Amino acid sequence: MPPSAEHIMEVKDLVKHFPLTQGIVFKKVIGAVKAVDGVTFELRRGETLGIVGESGCGKSTLAKLLMCLERPTSGQALFKGQDIYALRGSKFKAMRRNIQIILQDPYSSLNPRMTVGDIIGEPFEIHPEVAPKGDRRRKVQDLLDVVGLNPEYINRYPHQFSGGQRQRIGIARGLALRPEVIICDEPVSALDVSVQAQVVNLLEALQNEFDLSYIFIGHDLSVVRHIADRVGVMYLGKIVEIGTDEQIYERPTHPYTQALLSAVPVPDPVGREERTRIILQGDVPSPANPPSGCRFRTRCWKAQDICAEQVPELVVRSGTDHPSACHFAEEREIVHVREA
Amino acid sequence: MTEQQQKVSRADAGSFVAAPQGGAALEAEVLPGLLPAGAAPEGRRASLWSDAWRELRRNPIAIISSLFILLVVLMAVVPGLFTRQDPRACEITLSKLRPSGEHWFGTDNLGCDYFAQTIYGARASISVGVLVTLGTAILGILIGAAAGYYGGIADALLSRASDIVLGIPLVLGAIVILTVIRSRTIFTVALVLMLLYWPTVVRIMRSTVIGTRNMDYVQAAKALGAGNLRVIRRHVLPNAIAPVIVVSTINLGIFIAVEATLSYLGVGLSRPAISWGLMISDAQRLFRSFPHLLLFPGLFLSVTVLSFILLGDAVRDALDPKLR
Amino acid sequence: MTQAPAGPAATAAPLDLEEWQPVISGTPLLEVRDLHVEFRTRDGVANAINGVTFYLNAGETLAILGESGSGKSVSAQAIMGIIDSPPGFITKGQLLFQGNDLLKMGPEERRKIRGRRIAMIFQDALSALNPVFTVGYQLAEMYRVHRGMSKADAKKGAIELMDRVRIPLAKERVNDYPHQFSGGMRQRVMIAMAMSLDPDIIIADEPTTALDVTVQAQVMELLAELQAEAQMGLILITHDLGVVADVADRIAVMYAGRIVEQAPIYDIYARPAHPYTEGLLQSIPRLDLKGQDLFAIKGLPPNLMHIPPGCAFNPRCPYSRDICREEVPKLYRVNADRASACYFWKEVIDGAPKR
Repeated sequence: MPPSAEHIMEVKDLVKHFPLTQGIVFKKVIGAVKAVDGVTFELRRGETLGIVGESGCGKSTLAKLLMCLERPTSGQALFKGQDIYALRGSKFKAMRRNIQIILQDPYSSLNPRMTVGDIIGEPFEIHPEVAPKGDRRRKVQDLLDVVGLNPEYINRYPHQFSGGQRQRIGIARGLALRPEVIICDEPVSALDVSVQAQVVNLLEALQNEFDLSYIFIGHDLSVVRHIADRVGVMYLGKIVEIGTDEQIYERPTHPYTQALLSAVPVPDPVGREERTRIILQGDVPSPANPPSGCRFRTRCWKAQDICAEQVPELVVRSGTDHPSACHFAEEREIVHVREA
Repeated sequence: MTEQQQKVSRADAGSFVAAPQGGAALEAEVLPGLLPAGAAPEGRRASLWSDAWRELRRNPIAIISSLFILLVVLMAVVPGLFTRQDPRACEITLSKLRPSGEHWFGTDNLGCDYFAQTIYGARASISVGVLVTLGTAILGILIGAAAGYYGGIADALLSRASDIVLGIPLVLGAIVILTVIRSRTIFTVALVLMLLYWPTVVRIMRSTVIGTRNMDYVQAAKALGAGNLRVIRRHVLPNAIAPVIVVSTINLGIFIAVEATLSYLGVGLSRPAISWGLMISDAQRLFRSFPHLLLFPGLFLSVTVLSFILLGDAVRDALDPKLR
Repeated sequence: MTQAPAGPAATAAPLDLEEWQPVISGTPLLEVRDLHVEFRTRDGVANAINGVTFYLNAGETLAILGESGSGKSVSAQAIMGIIDSPPGFITKGQLLFQGNDLLKMGPEERRKIRGRRIAMIFQDALSALNPVFTVGYQLAEMYRVHRGMSKADAKKGAIELMDRVRIPLAKERVNDYPHQFSGGMRQRVMIAMAMSLDPDIIIADEPTTALDVTVQAQVMELLAELQAEAQMGLILITHDLGVVADVADRIAVMYAGRIVEQAPIYDIYARPAHPYTEGLLQSIPRLDLKGQDLFAIKGLPPNLMHIPPGCAFNPRCPYSRDICREEVPKLYRVNADRASACYFWKEVIDGAPKR
């Protein structure tokens, strides 16, 4: 189903700083880890928005913020126009039914002491208004069926399943409340290659069947390309470039995106001698002490004085067709794309 | 160091020649293939608890210890099953007799049947042991879970309180307190030991709760909208409680020994109560000429304590690989 | 023969299959012959490796590709001699290092080779390095223990090593602890440790799986350079088809403890000769392709305690016939350099052209 123009979620200037404290009894704040530092984007109904970045970029914190597992330092996240952080009590609990999450690690995301039926049925216990008690078992079995597992497995325990199957159980749990938005936090990163494809295909099928919108967070650019309609690239707590998958992968404009794309190994040895890699110098700066101005400037080959003085905004730059946070944004073809 | 600890320390302490990851990497390599992919035999509940139970059943040490413990518990609950003699029906004329057909363990200083004494003595030890273990376990679980899960000020207060009590040595503190208490029954002795020992269990519970509360499945439950109480009850407690079970089992044995020690020193139970510790205390002076008076209660005491400790070890092994 | 005819003849293997004998000139640096490793657990025996044969020449990069449960890490550990025994046992096979069988050597001799002539790099540098000693101390230890150098000389050697793996500010950082380095830097430290005694072979077990993609590129480039400099043999164990395509000369694909395909790198990507390899290649999403459908290999890898009879891949294989369920296929000759453990490799190789 093609994404509609309607925005189902809008994130505005989301910020999360973790204070760094010193002292045991009387804690003194000596600084902050700026994990997410001003993130803005929209999610359209029916679309998959991919968020890519490497470790330390803040994408996991972003996932937790969107799921209200952490409270933001500032900023808003609007679901159908309503700020989820402004809700309290039963309204807040009811909001939970609309946004759900699928976690990364299939080995720790399921309670090892609960049966699969209990795990998938727990959402119904927490939100009894969604399913009457007598109906729950059948609903759990339906969910198992929808994710491709035998409904008779309802009394089995997680350790009796493989990683891919556990991830399906996690997906079933996420679907139970019929949410409209699902945050996928690296759902296939911990799986074997041959199983990744199964789960990705499942996620795509479910999106069509249940009219879901995904925020797909990952570090594997190939997987994100495959599943996402639009992609945002994160670096040190900020989105540095955002656009359709075509724009990002075929016409990247931000130097970091270009470096990232050039570093992804292509499973084809043909042309490997000629392939040029943009090798970044240095390490990622600490999010507790990010560089002034543009955060990427310490590793960027285009850095000039202005980069240290002025923070580049995420706007469409001249000569490009999608927003980029670089004073010198310029299109460059990194990946030579062919039709499948 | 147990084998498990060795595996962990081998993984941490890298060596440039041997693979520190031999164990861990092999498991990751081999085990996924070992998983039967949902092929547990039908009709057999395969929860982690039942897996642990099955493993315990197979352990010969666990079986032997349990049998002996069962025996001692029976002795405590229905002493009449073992002896028809009244331990308090003493004839001074029969004092200090050696073991015979009439009196299996002989008689003590006052002419009481020693076998009956030994059997009835089990009650005091088991009672104190069970009471203290249950009390510290319940206190420890509640306080430890609260401190570990909520953190912050609650944790700071509870932890400091338990640190203070921890500073008081168990036996010495018990001696001091019990000296000033006039009526010393099983309950008062148990209460004193409970008040001195609860911090140890709190620490264990707190640390596993801190580990568990960050697990992904806890995050997932919160994401579903589960309240704190539900999360603690369904997700944190069942996964954090295993070490407490292990420690409590071992502690039962220790408390039995502590009760005997206190009674031996004269600050535990006092006559006319029957306790192995009291028996040992009386038998001390007569050891040279009448060793049987010391041997029997001593033997029963040691074997009982040992059984609990061995059972605790076996329980830990049964639960350990599932402790994640 | 391209089509297996219907009827009773469908159970017969194609008649013109030859077993593959590798054409090796001279003595290879490392030759593994018919290795069998099993793990005896309380619940049964897991056949982790069921007859693996491969070889490695100096200056060459051999990639061993497989998913979890394929036995790739176990093969590496067998070569290094670090399998926990019990529960692991090498029940058959030869490990010929420069012509000498490692399995027939005594533990002392074996230890001399391990770390010195054959070195290993692991996936997680943080747990492979000792957290309580500085990086410089651990590097220098190699020289002190194995070469009997003095403390001062060993420390100089350590700094040189760190320079060689391009850790910036080596002289200052030599006194830092492992946790003070980033993931990529720690991996370089591990590479430095492995390189310190100028080994003939380096076995890299998923060296970049835990690293970010930009760091991965740096580390792989470093490995390739060091290998070219020293003409070492490199065995790269991984599940990442992208990394393999970049650096490997030859590749051996493992499944359920067997090598199912062995080939030079260009051939295998262009025209795979085994259904598993073909399935893998079709199931990975690619950066440079638009609008592909991801093909998913149905089913799951087998339980190593109950490997299906015949070809272990047959329950998941789109080409499977009766004979696949009955007899275990050997490694058959595709050409002088290529082998495939599939009766119907000709059909696989002639399949729809890939890209």
